[in-house]
Amino acid sequence: MKVLMKSLLGACALAGFSLSAYAETLTIATVNNGDMIRMQKLTDDFTAKNPDIKLNWVTLEENTLRQKVTTDIATKGGQFDVLTIGTYEVPIWGKKGWLVPLDNLGADYDVDDLLPAIRSGLTVDGKLFAAPFYGESSMVMYRKDLMDKAGLKMPDAPTWTFIKEAADKMTDKAAGVYGICLRGKAGWGENMAFLSATANSFGARWFDEKWNAQFNTPEWKATLDYYVPLMKADGPPGASSNGFNENLALFNDGKCGMWIDATVAASFVSDPKQSKVADKVGFALAPDNGLGKRGNWLWAWSLAIPAGSKKTADAEKFVSWATSKHYTEVVAGKEGWANVPPGTRTSLYKNADYLKAAPFAQMTLDSIDAADPTHPTVKPVPYTGVQFVAIPEFQGIATNVGQQFSAALAGTETVDAALAAAQASTESAMKKAGYVK
Amino acid sequence: MALQQTVGKRVGMTALAWIVGFLIFFPILWTFLTSFKSELDAFSLPPKFLFFHWTTENYAEVQSRSDYFSFAWNSIILSVGANLVGLIVGVPAAWSMAFAPTKRTKDLLLWMLSTKMMPGVGVFAAVYFIFQYLGLLDNRIGIGFLLFMANLPILIWMLYTYFKEIPVDILEAARMDGASLVNEIIYVLTPMAIPGIASTLLLCIILSWNEAFWTLNLTTSHAAPLTAFIASYSSPEGLFWAKLSAASTLAIAPILVLGWFCQKQLVRGLTFGAVK
Repeated sequence: MKVLMKSLLGACALAGFSLSAYAETLTIATVNNGDMIRMQKLTDDFTAKNPDIKLNWVTLEENTLRQKVTTDIATKGGQFDVLTIGTYEVPIWGKKGWLVPLDNLGADYDVDDLLPAIRSGLTVDGKLFAAPFYGESSMVMYRKDLMDKAGLKMPDAPTWTFIKEAADKMTDKAAGVYGICLRGKAGWGENMAFLSATANSFGARWFDEKWNAQFNTPEWKATLDYYVPLMKADGPPGASSNGFNENLALFNDGKCGMWIDATVAASFVSDPKQSKVADKVGFALAPDNGLGKRGNWLWAWSLAIPAGSKKTADAEKFVSWATSKHYTEVVAGKEGWANVPPGTRTSLYKNADYLKAAPFAQMTLDSIDAADPTHPTVKPVPYTGVQFVAIPEFQGIATNVGQQFSAALAGTETVDAALAAAQASTESAMKKAGYVK
Repeated sequence: MALQQTVGKRVGMTALAWIVGFLIFFPILWTFLTSFKSELDAFSLPPKFLFFHWTTENYAEVQSRSDYFSFAWNSIILSVGANLVGLIVGVPAAWSMAFAPTKRTKDLLLWMLSTKMMPGVGVFAAVYFIFQYLGLLDNRIGIGFLLFMANLPILIWMLYTYFKEIPVDILEAARMDGASLVNEIIYVLTPMAIPGIASTLLLCIILSWNEAFWTLNLTTSHAAPLTAFIASYSSPEGLFWAKLSAASTLAIAPILVLGWFCQKQLVRGLTFGAVK
């Protein structure tokens, strides 16, 4: 028995050794969105040019992925060679030295072509720590037919006052049409993404320059005093449990007049295969309040290399390929320009073929350009991030705050009580974390 | 009159049993039906039960996106392997507790069960570091060992209760005839306890098959079972119910088929000794 085991183990080791002598295997952790899945199908282009590199994909849902890669990188587990991470993680992990700075992306990579807003969100101390694969912002999606029926015309850059007026007029609860659908489900990446971005346009901020929580300011109160009554009057029932997917389903089913959410939704709501209202959708910039900031966020799924990887050079080759101009041409050639990952490069928005194929392209670009992760709101802040604060404690803090705001929307708590509770929990968490003495 | 009452009672009980059975089975049926819907139909309100456009596109999509057989193979190896090893340890352990108990046997049994009372996440950090240190992350032997250990208390407990039902006299008779301890276990005890052992094994295989916390956190690709396969189909941005249902149907199909084939043993095992 022992001999058998030993010889089996030996054979396995030999097999493993002989394989690795031929090809280096890169393990890539990705999120399961459409653009990433498309990339997996197109990797022949990369492996044909790099026959000595094999790719091993680990595709996971966003929250599971975040949990896994965070565990791995924090313990230097070394299970992954390339990580897909968002603009929230990059500044934190870059500062901690967990990521390899991307200095050798190749001569024809053209770093300066990356959209400035996206690039600044992925840069720490002047070094790029992740290469953007696709970028998104948020915007208004609305039903042209309902807008006509209400006798209104959506401006390219609406104000919150106009949104309220339009929502009131479009709502027809007897017919099951609700003027506006917005996120209400509690979570730092759910209702707090939308509300933080909206609060920016109302002049609110998460923290002042000394990291003091700001939920006791009139700006936050104005934000919630707008959001809660609007949703009660014109929102769908049970809005406090709606996230992106629930609103997408409602909108595609023809139940929403307007929906303010991620630009990536544009391709879903205008796809006749999944939307009943595909030919009736219009787009506009996220609203503002005349304070110089719009209520749109900024996010980029990006590729980064963990400091624990032993295959840095090969990993960098892959990152460079996947985020290059050449890759967009590969996608365009095989799947058409409309399917090219958006929101990362200036050159894409100058490409006539792309602009023709993607009617929402200009709106996406304008939305991304309008967001500035280093100056997200009217007043100065000590943090980076538009719809989040790039500190490790944020996930926990914002989920607590999100629960309070969701309760205010559900009507189990008043706006004032929710703000007071948010202020108290954030203050205590920031004290514990040592930001405030 | 009395006959009528019993007939009425029987019809009522049968109807109740069917209703309860249907309620328990409904989520699986719904998942199965949803897997043949388009994403739009899967989300429609009011829900469409049978009258929708049937499509197999979700299965095609799931097949093209991930290598189902690699995940399924890992699930089979891990759940069957871990519990076969479990039996090798569990049968002698349960034998000694049932037929040669000491003062401490009851305490030992309770202590074993108490290890199941702690939520796995409580020891996650420690287990993760041990696995990392020993190079067992994303390794079949590592995760298999963990599943084996996690099921061991249940396995021993179930076997113990089955063995307790076997009259000691039969074993004594075998001993009188000169059977050694090993022969006694193999030729006398095991054949009598086969239904119990089979249902224990089956139940433990199902538990391992469905184990999601450890398998999701400690494996990535080489050792990843079907739980990881399902986890790659939900999504916070984009419609996913139909695809997720197709993935779930594929993931539970093997264990469901196994369950059907072994239904007799399973029922016999679970009610073993109940009529006495």
